[in-house]
Amino acid sequence: MIEVRELRREFKVATSKGLRRNYKTVTAVDGVTFDVAAGEAVGYVGPNGAGKSTTIKMLTGILVPTSGHIRVGDVDPSKQRRDLAKRIGVVFGQRSQLWWDLPLQDSFDLLRSIYRVSAEDYRRRLDECVELLGLREFLTTPVRQLSLGQRMRGEITAALLHAPELLVLDEPTIGLDLESKERLREFLADINTRRGTTLLLTTHDLDDIERLCPRLMVIDHGRVLADGPLEELRAEVTPDRELVIDLREPGPAPDVPGVTAVRSEANGLRHHLTFRRAETTAAQLITQVVRQVEVHDLAVVEPEIDDVIRKLYQRQLDQDVRR
Amino acid sequence: MADTIYPRLIGARLRSQMSYRASFALDLLTQVLAQWIELIVILVLFGHVSALGGFAKNEVLLMYAFAGIAFGIADLFAGQLDNLPTYIRTGTFDVLLMRPLGTLPQIMVSDVRLRRVGRIVGAIAVMVYALAHSSIGWTPAKVALTILTPLAGAVIFGAIWVVTCSVCFWIVEGREFANAFTYGSNAFTSYPVNVYSAPLRWVMAFIVPGAFVAYYPSLALLGKQDPLGLPGWVGWTSPLVAVLAAVVAGFVWRFAVRHYRGTGS
Repeated sequence: MIEVRELRREFKVATSKGLRRNYKTVTAVDGVTFDVAAGEAVGYVGPNGAGKSTTIKMLTGILVPTSGHIRVGDVDPSKQRRDLAKRIGVVFGQRSQLWWDLPLQDSFDLLRSIYRVSAEDYRRRLDECVELLGLREFLTTPVRQLSLGQRMRGEITAALLHAPELLVLDEPTIGLDLESKERLREFLADINTRRGTTLLLTTHDLDDIERLCPRLMVIDHGRVLADGPLEELRAEVTPDRELVIDLREPGPAPDVPGVTAVRSEANGLRHHLTFRRAETTAAQLITQVVRQVEVHDLAVVEPEIDDVIRKLYQRQLDQDVRR
Repeated sequence: MADTIYPRLIGARLRSQMSYRASFALDLLTQVLAQWIELIVILVLFGHVSALGGFAKNEVLLMYAFAGIAFGIADLFAGQLDNLPTYIRTGTFDVLLMRPLGTLPQIMVSDVRLRRVGRIVGAIAVMVYALAHSSIGWTPAKVALTILTPLAGAVIFGAIWVVTCSVCFWIVEGREFANAFTYGSNAFTSYPVNVYSAPLRWVMAFIVPGAFVAYYPSLALLGKQDPLGLPGWVGWTSPLVAVLAAVVAGFVWRFAVRHYRGTGS
């Protein structure tokens, strides 16, 4: 669905010093290569200024690459912008493609004409979105009066009316409350699995990734730091897991082989046992622990996805220093 | 269906404006009056002189009316280009680029304000008055010229708008520069070209083809000689100049958008 090879994009940035105007070249995207197969759901994450939005703008044909190769569904985005537009849907969390002072329904009608969707397909797709996203009660409300959550549901519907093969979402859940976020994620997961729509989404909310994207791409300074299933990245970057045990009576931590570090709290009522993912399983550990002490409760804690990404940045920094 | 999308987009704009009927009617009236305020300047001027650059009052009024109608029509569609800096800054322009339509037509229909029709109505009234009080030997060709002149003029004004607003792709706040030409050329074309000093006249009449909006077609209609010495058939070439201007504007726009997508923000 997406084929990207050695993609680069530079910007000339004006730096004014007194009356002289100099230009310095900033590389926003620096040799990015990846593929996305049809039907995949990929999370594209990185800090601000990492090159996410620039990549998205090149994939959607808004910006022309400085060098490199892009194909989106066999189309060269920069050369066949309009052909591409008919095949992909784009949702930007921070800009709207709806008509501000018209009722939501009117925006959909106009988009139907713009994308030349047949009356029958339009009816069916709109009904489905209205149903699943619960748009009915505000279809006749002018867009400017919608809440952010309602508007985002409208934006996603707008991007899906022409049944795109690929849906690109740039920060779709930004600023939404928990309930709206959850509703959107559920809907997106549904169209990905049921309709087979390919998803590519950038986000700062790692719950989006955890919930939606079996695959994660991490970008920083215009380069891809990591690309793979979330589980694999987790195992690779953070090899440690943690077993948390609550004892019935305060006491010393059990001495169990395989544990690499112990942290105790609440006067010895709770102990955090760190162990290596590759060397010990949680089951082995638990068997050992319950033999030694009387356990009230226990839990296995996986490193947070934020930690995974922070470690990836750290690893990259270390490599850069060593070079 | 592609042919119907632009009328539908315009229709959608109009519907949202008609929702406040009272304020709409007032706006419309204000626009008619705004157009007539410039008229007062001309009338006061002719209170003191009997001819301006060799042209009588009604002849100057005809030029003023042609220019007014043309500018009004152009403003209706191309006036939205004044929003271009905002569109670029807020990313709305990127949204336009993501649709399977051309960016220029999308902008042109993005904000059609029906109240601007008031200016056109005001100018048409002046035209009717001026034509009725001039001695024109009417022929079918002259009738056609009378109808075509404001339309060709609108295309010429529109082209000026597109070309000068394209500057905004390089300098985001280039609107002042653009307005100097768009609104400036409206003022320029409302008077006989020969009243201006030579350098201004050359730039505004021929490089920016302002003289073809009202001045030369009026000469042809009135059967007058050009004081600047161009032959009489020049007055019939405005539609041609309009097509040429539109083609140039189309190329400039494409070039500018290509620059934006190449350098972007």
